[in-house]
Amino acid sequence: MATDAAYTRSQLMVTAAAREIADHEVIFVGMRLPLLGFLLAKSLHAPNAIGVYELGIVRESVSPEPILTMGDLPNLYKAGWLADTFDAMCLLQQGLVSASFIGGAQVDRYGNLNTTRTFDPHGRMASLPGSGGACDLACLAQRHIIVMSHERRRFVERVDYITSPGWGEGGSWRNDVGLPRGGPSTVITTLGVLRFDPETREMVLTSVHPGVQPEDVLAQTGWGLKISSDLTETPAPTAEEIDLLRRFDPKGYWTGKQR
Amino acid sequence: MPPSKLLPLSEAVQRFVLDGAAVALGLSLETAIPFAFGHEVIRQKKRRLTLIGPISDILFDQLIGAGCVDRVRAAWVGNVITGIGYNYQRAVENGSIAVEHHSNFTISLALKAASMGVPFLPALTALGSDILNENPSITTMSCPFTGNRLAAIAAIRPDVAVVQVQRSDVAGNAHVWGCLGITREACMAAESVLLLAEEIVSSDVIFRDPNRVLIPGFRVSAVAHVPWGAYPSPMPGYYNRDHEEFLRYKNRSKRPEDFERWLQSDVDDIPDRDTYMRICIGEDRLQALAIHNHSIAEGVDYGY
Repeated sequence: MATDAAYTRSQLMVTAAAREIADHEVIFVGMRLPLLGFLLAKSLHAPNAIGVYELGIVRESVSPEPILTMGDLPNLYKAGWLADTFDAMCLLQQGLVSASFIGGAQVDRYGNLNTTRTFDPHGRMASLPGSGGACDLACLAQRHIIVMSHERRRFVERVDYITSPGWGEGGSWRNDVGLPRGGPSTVITTLGVLRFDPETREMVLTSVHPGVQPEDVLAQTGWGLKISSDLTETPAPTAEEIDLLRRFDPKGYWTGKQR
Repeated sequence: MPPSKLLPLSEAVQRFVLDGAAVALGLSLETAIPFAFGHEVIRQKKRRLTLIGPISDILFDQLIGAGCVDRVRAAWVGNVITGIGYNYQRAVENGSIAVEHHSNFTISLALKAASMGVPFLPALTALGSDILNENPSITTMSCPFTGNRLAAIAAIRPDVAVVQVQRSDVAGNAHVWGCLGITREACMAAESVLLLAEEIVSSDVIFRDPNRVLIPGFRVSAVAHVPWGAYPSPMPGYYNRDHEEFLRYKNRSKRPEDFERWLQSDVDDIPDRDTYMRICIGEDRLQALAIHNHSIAEGVDYGY
């Protein structure tokens, strides 16, 4: 699964995330790769995208210096709005957020995410940090995009704990439990991009990253993953995208050292 | 002049944080985390605390590792730029703490409900999640008007809310700016409020800009003067985040024996915050973290 020396696998994931953002959308921005994806989209095809951050920040501009957490002071500098978490969550609950990005330790075929606790085959529990705002984003955004590492122990038939609801048990589940809207639209992994069947709400592999075979993806997925009939290859990052990412993540903290 | 509530931090902790207390802290997520307060709680060997907060960037992990905590009611506990909080993980896995899992919105709503003096608030979040299924203070209800299914989040009233603020007068009228996370509702909900201030200023400085006041002074129980009290988290207007310290903490908390050494050298052997900043951190790092690109807002006219 070697990548082209011109970019890292993380950089490819960030550019794929950026392409999920359309101009003028309101994006609830998370941490790590999604943050970089937002900055990249804003610098290229979505200059009018608006960023909402859960500590109560709304920004229409890119922060003047690279940041590692959303509370770093450059992210407060000339923000559009500095308010409370409650306010950011109220924008979300009203349905005013177009998309959000979430990571996870475990995901299942319906896109339910677990970041609370997992159990190994011997029943031993591993405790994880928890939801943060992820549960709220998964419940209340118009759609959400999952970004995570594609490994068999993470892509499981059924998550051990639903921290952030996806399509639940498929079909009309979200509506049945009272969720007002939304659901996962896309899963961007270290191996490919997956989307959801509009009827069954089951995950479908729609593109593989350069150098990855569909069998590699199946081998790292813990259920009989469906493959789209028009499977494509994920576009590689452009030179311009890589240049921008070096600016946003100068030390390669999130996207890895350039080889 | 209003009566002074100014106390040394050690005395404020002694008087307002009793063993078994429910303490809300780290309320501004990644910013203004009251580390100096937390370390004083560890030094005083407070026990059986309940910690209440949204996400906690390593402070909850430190208090748990030091044995101060029985229970956590929060949305996330870890180290924001590295992930896992190892003391938290160990404590959950060996059953030494009980955790009530929230999301950032449900913990905000729980405190908002208490701040409003109502028993719960309805919401559309957490429906279908195991947070709702498992947490006894979140349930579902039918909307009395439409019959739609809603989440209901029970009020949480902390015994004390602890906030690192930019500046305060001696009576607890304090200015805050930046993004406040769930600070406002936590202060309004709490039985008592404890402020740690970067600077103590005259009441006149505060009352000339009352829109910036966190909570009326009469709701505040004590004020301590603690410069750099939020280090290594960032304090808007005062200092930046020390990323290196969070990375170092990852390695210094990975195994229990590493954490014991950290506890000794960075907390127990240190008498107070001033000494910590001078000896453990040092002038060079303080200079590097200081605000270098100032951005001063226009004044506003409150005149008549």
